[in-house]
Amino acid sequence: MTTARRRPYGVKGAPYGFLLPATILFALFFALPIGYAVWLSFRKVKVSGLGLGSGARREVWAGLENYTAALTDSELLGGALRVLAYGCIVVPVMLGLALLFALMLDSEKVRFAPFTRLAIFLPYAIPGVVAALLWGFLYLPDVSPFYFVLDKLGLPQPDLLDGGPLYLALSNIAVWGGTGFNMIVIYTSLRSIPAEVYEAAKLDGATPLQIALRIKIPMVAPSLVLTFFFSIIATLQVFSEPTTLKPLTNSVPTTWSPLMKVYQDAFGKGDIHAAAAQATIIALATLLLSFGFLRAANRRQKQEAAR
Amino acid sequence: MPNTKRRRLFRGAATAVALTLGGTALAACGSDEGDGEAGSGPVSLTYWTWTPGMDKVVDLWNKGPGKKDRITVTVKKQASGDTLVTKILTAHKAGKAPDLVQAEYQALPTLVSNDALADISGEVGGAKEKFAEGVWQQTTLGTDAVYAVPQDIGPMMFYYREDLFQQYGLKVPTTWEQFAETARALKKKAPDKDLTTFSANDSGLFAGLAQQAGAKWWTTQGEQWKVGINDPATQKVAEFWGGLVEEGAIDNQPMYTPAWNKALNTGKQIAWVSAVWAPGTLTTAAPDTKGKWAMAPLPQWSTGENVTGSWGGSSTAVTTDSKHKEAAAKFAAWLNTDGEALNALAKESGIYPASTAAQLSGAFTKSPEYFANQADFYTKAAEIAQTTAPSAWGPNVNVAYTAFKDAFGSAAKNKSDFTAALDTMQEATVADLKKQGFEVSE
Repeated sequence: MTTARRRPYGVKGAPYGFLLPATILFALFFALPIGYAVWLSFRKVKVSGLGLGSGARREVWAGLENYTAALTDSELLGGALRVLAYGCIVVPVMLGLALLFALMLDSEKVRFAPFTRLAIFLPYAIPGVVAALLWGFLYLPDVSPFYFVLDKLGLPQPDLLDGGPLYLALSNIAVWGGTGFNMIVIYTSLRSIPAEVYEAAKLDGATPLQIALRIKIPMVAPSLVLTFFFSIIATLQVFSEPTTLKPLTNSVPTTWSPLMKVYQDAFGKGDIHAAAAQATIIALATLLLSFGFLRAANRRQKQEAAR
Repeated sequence: MPNTKRRRLFRGAATAVALTLGGTALAACGSDEGDGEAGSGPVSLTYWTWTPGMDKVVDLWNKGPGKKDRITVTVKKQASGDTLVTKILTAHKAGKAPDLVQAEYQALPTLVSNDALADISGEVGGAKEKFAEGVWQQTTLGTDAVYAVPQDIGPMMFYYREDLFQQYGLKVPTTWEQFAETARALKKKAPDKDLTTFSANDSGLFAGLAQQAGAKWWTTQGEQWKVGINDPATQKVAEFWGGLVEEGAIDNQPMYTPAWNKALNTGKQIAWVSAVWAPGTLTTAAPDTKGKWAMAPLPQWSTGENVTGSWGGSSTAVTTDSKHKEAAAKFAAWLNTDGEALNALAKESGIYPASTAAQLSGAFTKSPEYFANQADFYTKAAEIAQTTAPSAWGPNVNVAYTAFKDAFGSAAKNKSDFTAALDTMQEATVADLKKQGFEVSE
């Protein structure tokens, strides 16, 4: 009797059983910490008197206080604007170069393709902090070989760690490190285009340039969308490059990017509650931006498919 | 250099180890509680420190006095300074802070206001006379409690290239007025050289200079804190350095960069306002100029005065989470007052001891190798250490230090008004205190 009853239940429960490990891991290591961070963001520390001795520090409910403080904080807004300017340089340049390199590697006349592919990809394998340190040394006029050459040639020596050029300097690190990865993604999807498509195009008399513009690029559009999506997220999360360059110059404040501000508040000031609120806002903004972009991209693709 | 990734990995590993150790400590404690006395059973303590070579010094304890008292100390190497403060506070929130921690003097109020440090006045109060008054006062925060035992200190001094000073006909400045004139004279003779630089990255240096001028950044009035970051003394210091930067008499780039190392090593910068630990830094930053530097007391604000500030220095503290506070305090006192321990600390870790007796014995009877040309280096250093002005730290030094970096960073870059930057620093510090709920008097 009991076995007969249990069997249909067991079959029904099987998917849930399979889901269980992933669900537990998700809940423990993803949902729970996020939930805790959100909870922290609604709390604050209240000190009484001089704050010395035990019991002088209590955690109390803050409501939306941390959120209003974060949203009206000029530092956080300034950081967001700086990152926006930085992203406007990084994303187009990096993806443009990645697409160009991928198309060149995919063309029939290419030589030393495996070596070139590896050479372009290699910087991606270098950790961001190391890359930033390396470039930081190259940007410092007193120790950089570039400045030595410029000096010897009597050419002007721009200060790359100040004002506008600072954005170029930081973008350069990201472009140098990220182009290879994006190129591989685009290149892989180029390789998966069936050869018949090219044959048909050639029979119709299309030049290599026309093939690239009219066939290859439209056909790799999904991977372009994907790389764009990744790049936006990476840009919003920029942290290690400016943090590494910071000690080298007076021009990078401790709150240069929004994430640096979060880090500073959490670990510099020790105010985890304000930091949690800012982190939540950044996460929401990232979610809105990236999924907004994905939806827009999807809609366009569907429209094109319908045509 | 901030290598966050590696640090994070390291931190994770260290926490895992600390957690398991915490478990064993708890188990050991269970058997202890029957006897009630901390010293009666075997005790094992964990010690978080960033001092290099500390494990070797602790070995002396574990094999000597520690063996006798059955107190074993295990060193867990940590990242230095503020990073460790954050980590201690996080561990303390979970009730799992180690028994002993290293803490810089300016971090003590922050740790105490988080109730992370135990009052060990009963155990180490007797060590008071081994230290200069100004040093000891930093561990009491002006109360009857004692929250730490001083370990090392960083009395500030003036370092200069003896050979280049001679070459350019410069005299060692004894007042800040002369310091400014020396900077200008050098600019006239060698326009591409600088006497020194103003570094907006080094809050501790600026705090030390203000301390020398008589500034008291944090004081208490009854149950209220008073913040005096923009007091007249600090304003004087800010105006002085801001003026030198504005007129171009000194450089405005940060210290501790590859460019700065090169400037010291090639003689582009010919002096450095630093502290007693400078020989160590110079050995790595400017190896080619070994034996060409000399040390003198810090320039004074008025002739005849004899005061210096502090840059750096740290102490050993016992946490409130420790189950064996008495044993931990005993170790802290041994580490920082015992002759053998201090000798080993000097030899293995290269620290300059806070204990006045140790400043002229053992490793400090001979000049550091880098300063072989100055035979009386440590005699002079000990004399200067005696003139250290009292310091006044508060519960949010970290906030003031961050505000300094940002405000003075842009002021140094734009060669603009340093006193305005000082006001920004004051406002940020007061605002943070108020936000946390501290009582602040205006």
